Parts: sequence; C-alpha cells; structure tokens
Amino acid sequence: MTSATMTLGRAINAGLRKAMEADERVILLGEDIGKLGGVYRITEGLQAEFGERRVMDTPLAESAILGTAVGLAYAGFRPVCEIQFDGFIYPAFDQIVSQVARLHSRTAGAVSVPLTIRVPFGGGIGAAEHHSDSPEAYFTHTSGLRVVSVSNPQDAYTVIQEAIASNDPVLFFEPKRRYHTKGDVELESSGQGRHAMDSARVVSEGTDVTLVTYGGLVQVAVAAAEVAKSEGVSIEVIDLRSLSPIDFDTVTRSVTKTGRLVITHEAAESGGLGAEIAAGITERCFYSLEHAPVRVTGFDIPFPPAKLEKHHLPDLDRLLDGIDRALDRPNSITGTVFA
Amino acid sequence: MTQLVQLLTADGVRPGTSELELAVADVDDRQLLALYEDMVAVRRIDTEATALQRQGELGLWPPLLGQEASQIGSARALAADDFVFGSYRENAVAYCRGVAGVDLLRVWRGTSQSGWDPFEHRMATPQIIIGAQTLHATGYALGLQNDGLDAVAVTYFGDGATSQGDVSEAMVFAATFRAPVVFFCQNNHWAISEPVALQSKDQLVHRAAGFGMPGVQVDGNDVLAVMAVTRQALERARRGDGPTFIEAITYRMGPHTTADDPTKYRDESELAEWRERDPISRLAAYLRSTGTLTDEAQAAVEATADRVAAELRAGLVAIADPDPMSLFAHVYSEPHRGLEEQRDRYSRYLAMFDAAAVRS
Repeated sequence: MTSATMTLGRAINAGLRKAMEADERVILLGEDIGKLGGVYRITEGLQAEFGERRVMDTPLAESAILGTAVGLAYAGFRPVCEIQFDGFIYPAFDQIVSQVARLHSRTAGAVSVPLTIRVPFGGGIGAAEHHSDSPEAYFTHTSGLRVVSVSNPQDAYTVIQEAIASNDPVLFFEPKRRYHTKGDVELESSGQGRHAMDSARVVSEGTDVTLVTYGGLVQVAVAAAEVAKSEGVSIEVIDLRSLSPIDFDTVTRSVTKTGRLVITHEAAESGGLGAEIAAGITERCFYSLEHAPVRVTGFDIPFPPAKLEKHHLPDLDRLLDGIDRALDRPNSITGTVFA
Repeated sequence: MTQLVQLLTADGVRPGTSELELAVADVDDRQLLALYEDMVAVRRIDTEATALQRQGELGLWPPLLGQEASQIGSARALAADDFVFGSYRENAVAYCRGVAGVDLLRVWRGTSQSGWDPFEHRMATPQIIIGAQTLHATGYALGLQNDGLDAVAVTYFGDGATSQGDVSEAMVFAATFRAPVVFFCQNNHWAISEPVALQSKDQLVHRAAGFGMPGVQVDGNDVLAVMAVTRQALERARRGDGPTFIEAITYRMGPHTTADDPTKYRDESELAEWRERDPISRLAAYLRSTGTLTDEAQAAVEATADRVAAELRAGLVAIADPDPMSLFAHVYSEPHRGLEEQRDRYSRYLAMFDAAAVRS
C-alpha cells in the first residue's frame, strides 16, 4: 500500500488527478483554475497535464459554469465545477436548485447529472465579505443533491473521487481553513465502491457526550474532546462527512450510548444542520436522551468582519461550554450555569 | 441597419431576388407543401389542446398560435443528430423532432414533469425557468466541440428571456469558446403582459454584435426565410465558426397560456394587424399561386391534421394517473437513505388504508 503525507488541499488535487486519469469524461470548469491552478491552487498542474479542453478557465459567470455543466452532462461528460468562494455560489443557485437537482427526477431518470460542485467554504481565515460563508443548509434542503464536507486529507482524497464517480450531483464543501492541514493519505483508495461519502466517521470514541460536526470544526471538536478528557469527561466526536443523506445510524448508535448530544457548525443556527440532527435524533432515540440536544453554531447574522469572526465562529471554549450545558453542569471556566 | 430577411411576403408573393434564396434552392414545392402540412397540423394540436384545457382535461396549455413558421422553418432545418433545448412553447419544434402529440400534453395534464426521453428525440423536455436552457445548449455544444462532432445545439427562447442573465451568460460563453450553438429568439412581442419594448430599447438582434457573434433578423412568419437563416447558422456552427443569434420577428396571436387574458393589456387592432401576416395563410396563398395547393392537396393536409388530433385525444384518455410511490422513484440515481426512510414510511402509511379497506 502506498501512502504519503500531504495537506488537505494537495489531497484534493491528487484525488482530482486520479479521477481524471480514471475517466476521460471528467472535465473541470471554473474561474482561474487553469494556468493559475485556482486561487487556492487546488487544481494546480492539472491544465498542464490534461489540456485546456479538460481544465477550462471560464468567463466570470457562476450560473453559466453550472448551466453549461448541465449541458455537458447531457453530452455525456462528468463535469467538476469549482466555485471560487462560498459566497459566490448564489448567482448559480437557480441552476443548481432548478436544474442540476431536478433534471434526473424531471426526466424520470433519462438524464443523469453526474456533477461535482467544489465549494471552498467557511471562515477562520480573516477574509473579506462573501469569502467565509457556510451555505450548506441551502443545499441539504434541496432534494436531488448530495452534500458532503471533508475535514482531513484522507477523506478529501477519497471523497472527491467518490463524488466524481457518483451519478448524482454532489456539493463538495472544502474547509478553507484546513487546506494546509497535513495528514497521511492512503493513495490506493479510490472512488470505486462507496466507502466514505455516505457515512459518518467516529473520530474518537467516548461515553459521556456525543459531539457531532463536519468540515473545519472537526479539528476544534477533537481539541475540545481532549480538554474535556483532562477534566474527566469522555466525548465521542463524529465527523458527519455526508450532510445529505445524514448517516443517522452512526449518530443514533452514539447517542444511545452517551445520552447527550452537542452539534456544532459555523453556519447560522436557524434552519441549520444542527436543527435537523437535533430533530432526527430526538425522533430516533428520545428515551436515551438525558438532556435536550445542544447547538453551538454561528449566530443568525451575516458573516462578520475579520476582526469579529472569532466571536461568531464556535471555538474551543464555546464547545466546552456547550458540553457543560449538555451535562447540566456549571461552566468549567466561570463555575456558573450559562443558560 | 439591420435588414429583415424575407423570402415570402405577407401576401404570399415570392420575389426570388434575395441572395438568401440560395440557402433554400433545393426546397421544392413538394417540400413547401410538407412545411404547410406541418404548420396546419401543429395549429390543430394547439386548437385541440386549448379545447382539452377548457374541458378540464389539461391544467394549462401554452399555445404557439402565430409562431408556426418560426418553429417549423427552423426545426425542419435541423439534422437528426442536432440537439434542441427549448422553452415550454416549442411544441411545433417537438412535433418536428418526432414527439407524439400526446407526449406534448403529459406535463400539462400533470402526470409527469417530462413527456419524452430527451435522447430519443434529441430534444430536451420543456424548460419553464426563463432562459435557463440557453446555458444547457451552450454546454452541450461545448461537449460536441470537445468530442469533435459536427452536430449543433439549438436553443429557443423568447424576447422576454433576453433580459435574463442566463441568456447573456450563455452568449458570452458560446462566443468565447466558439461553441456550435444557434440562439433562436422568437420575438413574439409579448412576455405575458409585458411588451418587448420593456425588455429592450433597441432591436434585440443588435445585441449579437456586443457578444461577438453575427445576428440576423428574419421574418418569423415566413417559413422559407426562417429555414434559410437557420440553415446558414447551422452551417456556420458546423464549420467551427461559432454561434449565431437569430431574431425571428413573429407574434403570439393567442394568450400566454390558457390562464391568460390578453384583452387586459393589448389592443385588438394589433392582433388584427398580425392576422394579416399569418404564417399559414401566406404559404397557402403562395402554394395556390404555383398550383401546388390544389383542393385535393388541401384535403390531404386536413386529413393529416384530423389524424393528429384524433391520436392526441385517444392518447390523452389513455394516460394513466401515476402511482403514488413514483414520487420517490428518480430523485436520486443512487440510494439515498434519508429519502428511502420517507418512502418506506409513506408506503406503510398508504398500506394502512388498504388494510382498513380489507377489514371494513
């Protein structure tokens, strides 16, 4: 087995390369993805290797990137679209929701839309407005789409290949602030056969509280679990990976054991994944719950300026506070119960 | 100055002086008679479908009354392997692509969201989001280009759609990549109640130059002229010279849909004016003048229209209501456990009623 240590960004690059080698119908579309290799260099070197026809720099029109990808799907291609930043996806929203998501259903299965839409998302990088959004819930609310997010190089490498191999359209959310996170990647893993894309991953086992998250916050959750452990609290951290469908089996199994659930995401609280998981778990294992599910999320505000984002984004201390609340115990910093 | 291409006057006179005549030199009177038959048949489909809506058999119908020449002239210029991406009013185009009349009705009866397999007829099913299909055509054309095929994508849209961002974006992409796509705009003068002047202060055809593609304005009620300019645009695309924008000047003689009431927003005099330029009567006049449209030929054309109408009605009656569990059938092409849970729950719920029926 061949493995290598690489960053999450390079792992996506390696996964894209492998998918392009495996299937010549895979083509990439996006802004600045060719010569430049993307503003985050995720597609670096791919145009030189596969040519301008397979790695297309497009005019600056997101709706057209998605709309032409639909036409390419009609023509038998497997397009991978890059949306340069999370906040730039909205001009493409209509094509995604009205066309990409519905075409298979509309045509009673005659037309498949094997599209992958790569979206660098989330905050924590001190960016300008429209560069730190977490728009995933818009898409998990849209039937016909699959939605995934990765948190580490191995999953990035595997899941991007699985997403491209899928005959359904997949939104692939890449946590920008983890692009430089390093990890070991097993290079033999491929998109053939579904391993990671539909399932949640238990990152670390525990017995007192289940902490569910995805994307950039997985690392924060693991850190919180380590601190909690030093205080004698055992946290089970779950990386959802798939946001649609949600692997409720894995989460239910965990909550049945722990009886307590904390969900954290950067996206706004209202109508977010946290609400969906809280409701789904309450339906599935109500009698195992020792406490109401707790959400630790971004506020219901437009993403704030860089100097304020640390207050908006769930961090280690807010996670620990959420864990304290789920355990019905005083805040470990102040000694008071924060309602 | 843009010159309106016309080969057949509103009175059915064919001066034969235009250089565009060359593009249709092979179209003899027999073929013109076939185009005439197409137009009569699709007008009958419109009449029948409108009646079926009034009888409660269809929820809605978008008539193309008045636009027959634009749609038939262009669609009959296409090769079998060209691919059409239209709006929801291209029923005459679909007719030319071999779509059965009854398959045009399915979406308006509400039994499915598509009436046919797009690949079987090389035509996408009706697109209701205004202008969205222009991007699909452009993407499809990029695919053709990538595969080195000489087929062409043709997209139909209306004057209202030209205000949509997607149409502008499609024209940018098509021009930039020299994609083999034809933008066929039917300027029928009305987007529901909004006149074309609300969409554009200048003639629509003038937009083409700004996007870097040739634009041609054609009398959309002249089936021969429409065929000539479409053939030229297709040829250009096949040569690898990229997209063309065609503005076909026509008129929506009916309502936007059967739910619309045009008397609220437009003058009867305008309609009367356009009736004088009717695409079918002008071709009939010409064909009579050449001795082609004899009483016998006219009877044969009407027999075809009668047959199409009879098939339409018989087919409509035979459409079964869809099975409730088909709700879940094609949302995804691969298993999705969240949806499967909902499907199973609803299946059990429905089964309760069956069980109750058995008990009582």
